[in-house]
Amino acid sequence: MLRRRVIPCLDVADGRVVKGTRFVDLVDEGDPPELAERYAAEGADELVFLDITAAPEGRGTLLDIVERTARRAFIPLTVGGGVRGVRDMRDVLRAGADKVSLNTAAVADPTLISACAGRFGRQAVVVAIDARRRATGGGWEVVVRGGREGTELDAVGWAQRTVELGAGELLVTSIDRDGTRSGFDTDLLRAITSRVEVPVIASGGAAGPDDFVRAVVNGGADAVLAASIFHRRIHSIAAVKEAMFAAGLPVRRVPEAAA
Amino acid sequence: MTARVRSPRIAVVDYGAGNLVSIDQALTSVGASVVIARDPTEIDDADALLVPGVGAAGPAMERLARHGLVDPIRDWIGAGRPYLGICLGLQLLFEGSDEDGATTLGVIPGRTVVLADAPTLPHIGWNQVERLRPHHMFAGIEPDADFYFVHSYAGAPAGPDAGAVTLANTTHGGTFVSAIARDNVIGVQFHPERSGRDGLRLLANVVDLVRTGGLTATPAATVAI
Repeated sequence: MLRRRVIPCLDVADGRVVKGTRFVDLVDEGDPPELAERYAAEGADELVFLDITAAPEGRGTLLDIVERTARRAFIPLTVGGGVRGVRDMRDVLRAGADKVSLNTAAVADPTLISACAGRFGRQAVVVAIDARRRATGGGWEVVVRGGREGTELDAVGWAQRTVELGAGELLVTSIDRDGTRSGFDTDLLRAITSRVEVPVIASGGAAGPDDFVRAVVNGGADAVLAASIFHRRIHSIAAVKEAMFAAGLPVRRVPEAAA
Repeated sequence: MTARVRSPRIAVVDYGAGNLVSIDQALTSVGASVVIARDPTEIDDADALLVPGVGAAGPAMERLARHGLVDPIRDWIGAGRPYLGICLGLQLLFEGSDEDGATTLGVIPGRTVVLADAPTLPHIGWNQVERLRPHHMFAGIEPDADFYFVHSYAGAPAGPDAGAVTLANTTHGGTFVSAIARDNVIGVQFHPERSGRDGLRLLANVVDLVRTGGLTATPAATVAI
């Protein structure tokens, strides 16, 4: 049976892992490949790198980090941030990424999704959707540029559209919950997972192991992503998986040396 | 580490299908010497051929053809030399793919078909591989070990030898064939290079087989259909 995945997310700026509340007050957290190797040994099922520099001059650094990581951590790696075309995607894949995540660029030009899926297959295309609950009228709005800019797009409708265009997986972040440690927005997750057949990764709001269970059980997520609770060692990947296992969810065993 | 007489040379076919870094690193770390091959002359003196790849069969066959690699790969397999297909590299062994109607290598009878009754597609993540018979590829790996998958289609062996070709099954809604083995040809639908310690063990076992001649067949044993 397919396992529910636990995915640490590493925000990378100028070649270092950073932490901070959504792009501000960044604190250096270490060397990306080193952290990636540590998470792989601790039982991470996959890794996500989010390049938050995304400035043109930072691309070479990012590709170098992707390659060094792929040579140290033998688990899948998704890279997001700054991919604006098929050529960018090719470079990131050739450096050792397995999947690429598209966000702002896909909103600006949805045909980017079909172009990338046509060239590399839909399994390599993750569309990241940042969503904010509407103050009035219900539903969620897609936001871009790290949550700073609204788009008027309905998040559920956009999710369905990206799948029609060729998205093979969705990374759904609740901007309301991100960094707040108040739990995942399971209503948002359920609204999307009930309407698409591709796997959905839940993101934004993880506080403890029970939140991971709820993202899967109530939200229908296939995978759950978190950053700060792992970076700050508030909870281990093993503890999260233990809670998921206790709740009857299929999880991959943590390698013995780390358990 | 034990001393090795000689590192088997494994040619990894590069036809523009994405990430080769992890395959290169994984094979190197288990004692193989890796050659990234872009044209037929680069595979000639290898001890084994590895065809990786993800995505659809049609564009992959076109790129192989553009690099002049279709017949050399068929000839390689027909000559009884060791072949490992990973993901698309397994699917290409069959006669054709339902994904885009492409005609593929036709080395193993059967077609590549969409995963039946899958609750989510693509099938992305770690899943179990239920072995139907022993094979050295899985030596020392726990029966319930998980491997990483990322695909929507899988090869379905057909004909009188289908059972003999099938090595392992995996269930995601329906059940599909996740590993095959026939003489000098082995193929896995999952990604050992992305499957942590168990994946590295599997690749080490394959390298062992190449080194000891366990994946070499007499040309007559492998009759193309």
